[in-house]
Amino acid sequence: MVQRSSTRRAAVAAGIGALALALSACSQGSATDSSDSNSADGTTTVRYMNFSANDGHEADLDRIVEAFEAANEDVQVEVETVPFADYFTSLQTAVAGGTVADTFELNYENFVTYAENGSLAPLDEIDTGAYRESLLEAFNRDGTQYGVPTSFSNVVLFYNKTLFEQAGVEPPTNDWTWADEQAAAKALTDKDAGVWGDYQPISFNEFYKALAQAGGEFMNDDASRATFNSPEGVEAANWLVQKSGTTMPTKADGAGTPDFDSNLFAEGNLAMWHTGIWMFGAMADVPFEWDIVVEPGRATDASAMFANGAVVSASSEHPDAAQRWVDFLAASDTTTDIRLETSWELPPVADESKLAEYTEATPPANRQAVLDSLDAVALPPVIERQQEMQDVVTEELGNAAAGRKSVEDALADAEQAVNELL
Amino acid sequence: MNATQPTLTRGSVDDRDGARPVAPGASRRRRSPRLRTLGWALFFLLPSGVPLLLFTFVPMVSSAWVSLHEWNLISSMTWVGLDNYAHLLTDPNTREVFGHTLLYILGYFPLVYAGGLGLAVVLNRRLAARGFFRAAYFLPVVTSWVVVALVWQWLLNPSNGLVNQILGFLNLPEPGWWTDPSWAMPSVILASAWKDLGFVMVILLAGLQTIPQELYEASRIDGASAWKQFRHVTLPLLSPSTFFVVVISLINGFQVFDQVYVMTGGGPSGASQVVVGQIYELTFRYGRAGEASALSWLLFLVILAVTAVQIRGQRRWVHYA
Repeated sequence: MVQRSSTRRAAVAAGIGALALALSACSQGSATDSSDSNSADGTTTVRYMNFSANDGHEADLDRIVEAFEAANEDVQVEVETVPFADYFTSLQTAVAGGTVADTFELNYENFVTYAENGSLAPLDEIDTGAYRESLLEAFNRDGTQYGVPTSFSNVVLFYNKTLFEQAGVEPPTNDWTWADEQAAAKALTDKDAGVWGDYQPISFNEFYKALAQAGGEFMNDDASRATFNSPEGVEAANWLVQKSGTTMPTKADGAGTPDFDSNLFAEGNLAMWHTGIWMFGAMADVPFEWDIVVEPGRATDASAMFANGAVVSASSEHPDAAQRWVDFLAASDTTTDIRLETSWELPPVADESKLAEYTEATPPANRQAVLDSLDAVALPPVIERQQEMQDVVTEELGNAAAGRKSVEDALADAEQAVNELL
Repeated sequence: MNATQPTLTRGSVDDRDGARPVAPGASRRRRSPRLRTLGWALFFLLPSGVPLLLFTFVPMVSSAWVSLHEWNLISSMTWVGLDNYAHLLTDPNTREVFGHTLLYILGYFPLVYAGGLGLAVVLNRRLAARGFFRAAYFLPVVTSWVVVALVWQWLLNPSNGLVNQILGFLNLPEPGWWTDPSWAMPSVILASAWKDLGFVMVILLAGLQTIPQELYEASRIDGASAWKQFRHVTLPLLSPSTFFVVVISLINGFQVFDQVYVMTGGGPSGASQVVVGQIYELTFRYGRAGEASALSWLLFLVILAVTAVQIRGQRRWVHYA
């Protein structure tokens, strides 16, 4: 009897032990955040999650981290880089699971959602004078600074000079309009040779910009109603949709899949390409000559501008160290130099003279077009249900491009769907 | 020594119970070995039980809780009671994604079952390199869905895929496959049936091998044709395996996701969006985790109901030899 019950006790004890072991192994993931971040020698670890170092600038970010750690010996920065396509899913999950990094990157479109939901810590130790004012304001919500701009970028028209010369077509200028672009695109497209004249994604981002170029408005002034189903809207949608299959590869050809357009341009098979200045670095060593101009307009010029910022999580246990890091990451001379030297978007600094170095670098030769584009900027419309709005507009434009709907019907349906989201 | 001792002990206990009226202590004595067995059983169940508890039951209960709230993952949850369910039941999107999922099952199951049965019957015969063919047909089953879906996406590429090139060569119409809303789901079905063929084949092959040869001999002597043997001997005696395949395929079919996500992303224009794809989009793209959790529970109830009906219905058509 005694022997029997001791065996049972042993079994139960072993069971409890195994359960405890499993439970502790599970909770370890979240426990490391706090227990490891203050190590014995007094250094604090600050985690930073970002997307913009992905695909070519990982080493540049590491250099910024090294410089920061050299200047702040009590802080260690741990970087996590996630591709843009997966970034906001990872971020949401991390916030929901309570494992979000102390500091993370947000673009202007998503900043509002995170600030409104109380996920961000106010930044009160930032030297605001160092920043370009309009950019700093973008990360301010109701008078509280919740983030600092880290970089900004815009979209220009890239063109393959060699292809233009071979075809005997006059190269683009800053004064081009849609009609000039269309005529050149037709002349340069040679489907049998696999050469396409033009590439511009048929998406929300291109649409709101083309709409501004046509002189239309996406929403009314208080953002209570969509207004893009207008003659200008139809013109803008037509401008994008008519390219597909005539001067631009279709979805079935692979358009829209990752790296499709950059590969096409790098292989010398694309004459004109609407894309961001973040591609300068990737195209630095291609075996042909290329340059850029301000995007052609219709009624007026309008260029897309994107701003990225860095924020401190409201749940961070080291808000001071975290603020020091985002401030350094955003506006230190080291960062500015590295960004300019590697053409990693534009630094958000107030000091214009620093940008002189940027415009002098090559390729492309005409970097002045990057700054010229800033004269007429079209900012993305931002609403609370941003992703749904972007998806529904992109989807309806896709329906029109594939010929499943007329442009007019697609825009009417998109406008109705967007109105329901407001 | 150890081997004989328990037998002796038990014998003596039984003798005592038989000889005397049941004493109050007897029931306790009888239960304690059972308790001890239970303790050991629980101990041995720990390696699978603990993960099951933590990663299946806890999330299930949590998702039921989340389904009663409005939650965008980054803010705190707001109680909304059954509103999410009420909204889903009236939302045309719900009907649409369940419709697409049903369409998937209706296309996929007959294809994969007929194909798997054909392969099983052929590969049950004595063939040269039979082992090689069995392994070859099973290979897609153990291949990652992402790889398979990307290969099929390429094969079914409307402008330069192999399938359309062959169709063009034969002067047959070339469908737009995953770029055409009416062909997107058939593309997914085709890829899925191809991948799972080997799984159905293996289950049915095992079923075929349990059918006694005497039955075939007897029916042959009675003059049954090959077709009649197949119809009246093979199919009925294969029904337990068939039942298993039906249940598993339907459960997996309702949960179809990977191939849709990779091949069509639910498009074009939502034409191939399925229930699980919708759950994913609602949660991670649109920050509507409450609604997504409610949709998961609706899906669970549908699967439960369908499986219950099958288990009741099996008595009519499943024959155990």
